[in-house]
Parts: sequence; C-alpha cells; structure tokens
Amino acid sequence: MKEVNITEMERKFQEKIDQDIKIEPKDWMPDDYRETLIRQISQHAHSEIVGMLPEGNWITRAPNLRRKAVLLAKVQDEAGHGLYLYSAAETLGADREETIDDLHSGKAKYSSIFNYPTLTWADMGAIGWLVDGAAIMNQVPICRCSYGPYARAMVRVCKEESFHQRQGFEIMMTLAKGTPEQKAMAQDALNRFWWPALMMFGPSDGESKHTAQSMKWKIKRSTNDELRQQFVDVTVPQAEMIGLTLPDADLKFNKATGHYEFGEINWAEFWEVVKGNGPCNKDRIDTRRKAKEEGLWVREAATAFAQKRAARKSA
Amino acid sequence: MSNKEWPLWEVFIRGKQGLNHKHVGSLRAADAEMALENARDVYTRRSEGISIWVVESNNVFASDPSESQEFFEPADSKIYRHPTFYDVPDGISHM
Ligand SMILES: [Fe+2]
Ligand SMILES: [Fe+2]
Ligand SMILES: [Fe+2]
Repeated sequence: MKEVNITEMERKFQEKIDQDIKIEPKDWMPDDYRETLIRQISQHAHSEIVGMLPEGNWITRAPNLRRKAVLLAKVQDEAGHGLYLYSAAETLGADREETIDDLHSGKAKYSSIFNYPTLTWADMGAIGWLVDGAAIMNQVPICRCSYGPYARAMVRVCKEESFHQRQGFEIMMTLAKGTPEQKAMAQDALNRFWWPALMMFGPSDGESKHTAQSMKWKIKRSTNDELRQQFVDVTVPQAEMIGLTLPDADLKFNKATGHYEFGEINWAEFWEVVKGNGPCNKDRIDTRRKAKEEGLWVREAATAFAQKRAARKSA
Repeated sequence: MSNKEWPLWEVFIRGKQGLNHKHVGSLRAADAEMALENARDVYTRRSEGISIWVVESNNVFASDPSESQEFFEPADSKIYRHPTFYDVPDGISHM
C-alpha cells in the first residue's frame, strides 16, 4: 500500500516539475531529490566560502586603493553568496554545523578551481574574468532550477556576479596594455587559469553520473559540455580583443558549427584535484578549519552578549 | 544555550518608501539586534532596502502545503467575486 502511495506521489511530483511549478521547502519531495539538492547546494556554498581564500591572499597587496576596495567588496560578496546558499540548504533540513564540518573533514567537495595558487596580482584579473565568468555561465541556468529557495538565491548571486567578472577583465585589460612585463604577467595568469577554468564545468557529459536525473528534476538545466562550449565561445573573442593568447594549440573556429573547437582537457589532473591532491587542497581546508577554531571566541562572545542583553530587558 | 545553533531568522526588506516588506531570505544570529545588523550586511549591500524586519523562524506559523487544496477551496468556488463573472452590455463604459 505504502509503496503505491510513494510511486503516486513521485508521479505527481514529476508532473509539477514538468509543468515548471516550483518546489518549496515544505512540499513533498522524493528523498533523492532532497539529497541531491543538499549535496549540490552545500558544495556550491563551500565553493563560495573557500573561493574567498585565493583572492583574500591579495587584498593587502592590491596595487592601489581603488583595486583594494573593489577586491574587498568582491570577496565580501562571496561570503554573502555562501550564506544565501547555506540558508537554502537549511530549508531542506541540512544542519549548518554538520554541513561545515563535512567540508572540514574532507567529506564534502567544493569547486576544484580554488585549489590552484594565486601567484601574482594578474591572477586577480584571471580569476574575476575566467572563474567568475565560468561561475556565471553555470549559475544563470540555476536561476530556473525547480527548487524555489535555490533558484531565488541564484537570482541574487547572478546580479552580484557581473561586477566580479568586469573588475577582473579590467585588471587583465590594464595589464595587457601596460609594460611588456605587465603584459607577460597577464599572459602567464591566463596560461595557468584557462584549463582549470574549463574544468569548472565538471566532467564530460558521458562521464557525469548525476546529469540525467538532475536534468529530469530540473535541478540542472544545461549539461556540462553545453555550458563549457558557451564559455569558450564567448571568452575567446574577449582574449583576442585584449591581445592575449589562449594556451591551446588546437583552438580553432569552426565556421560550419559557429563554435570554437578546443583541445583535450587533462581529466587526470581534474580528478587528482577533486580527490584532494591539487596544489592547495590541504592549505585551503587547514585555513578554513583554523578560521573556525580561532573564530570560536567571537561566536561565544556574541552568545554571551545576547544573553546579557536579554537579561537586562527582562529585568 | 550553546553557540552551536544560533536561532534562525527570516528577513523582510522594504525596498523603498511606499512598498511593503518582502521576504528575502534567512540567516542565523544570536539575538534580534544582531540579526538586524547581519541582515543589513548580507541583504542590503547595494542599497536594496530602507527598512528591515527580522522574525525568528520559530515564530512563523505557516499553512500546510499538503492541505492547501482544502484550505483555499472557499475562494476557488466563488468566481462571482471577480468582475469578469458579470456581463456588461456593449455601449456601457466606465464600469
Ligand atoms: Fe560567488
Ligand atoms: Fe558562485
Ligand atoms: Fe563571484
């Protein structure tokens, strides 16, 4: 009897999805849908938070006050993005503390891109332009995701992201127009970040185990390869415009398809980084753990202050 | 109270004078005053609001989506509450 009911509920649920009716926190949903979303949203939240570290590395060394204010505002936005997303995960019943502990224990993943080091100021340009650019490409379709709170969080995030990409592009453009040393620095950053940026879209469609179900549930609205191709198509002309060269000998425009063809991604490297063996994985997690431990007294003080204030009010 | 779980707060923002407060999301904070300050930092970084309400999520009493059909049925059956229910002959205007 119960079996039949679940099947019937799942059928009705899929019907809602097919009609583009959003799912809200208290609505019935299949367990797998809930788990898939919790996994994806919390991974996304972790990426925003860990993503602050490579850029945070350069805040104190920004070349001037304008660049410093901009970078600070951008990194602060990323903290906000993390918060919107942790809140969205909580609406599904995820426990905030546990979610964060899963990141710190290595159980939860985050975007592989943040495990690459930021060696020069030009990396701030490459990250804003390419990494935030790829993130926008990924996130725009999620604004139409079937789960209401996730979709709404993405609308906010996407509004804020476009300045991130522009400020990065501006840095690259400025360096590219600068002295030969500055231009070389921009080119070097592009060389190091181009391939990892392409990896941000995840494994090829054939290898991606969750894609089919996620598309059916409208959690995902485009496949990894579709988004990667879109990203290449819009980015190549931008690089040409500022006189930088993409580090891909196989890159060429196909007139028949209207798309750029590009070389083979080094998937072995991608999986190594995902598994935890990238250049900065250990450092990133250590930094997050340390931040949690060393921030404990602030959280305790806030709690004590709230208690004191409540006692004063009731007295 | 351990610091482990600060209460959850729902955040409502009035975008500008003349508009109503609208739910924008939620956050955790130790008390109402801190929830308000956090809401300002998180949800109005680009001047999205001129007034904020925070309500502890526990205090929100919500209708049950699984009963929404019965719950809202009284309105569904009263189509005569809509102006389109009535026939107005041609030639009658301002109505
Ligand atoms: Fe972000
Ligand atoms: Fe993002
Ligand atoms: Fe960003």
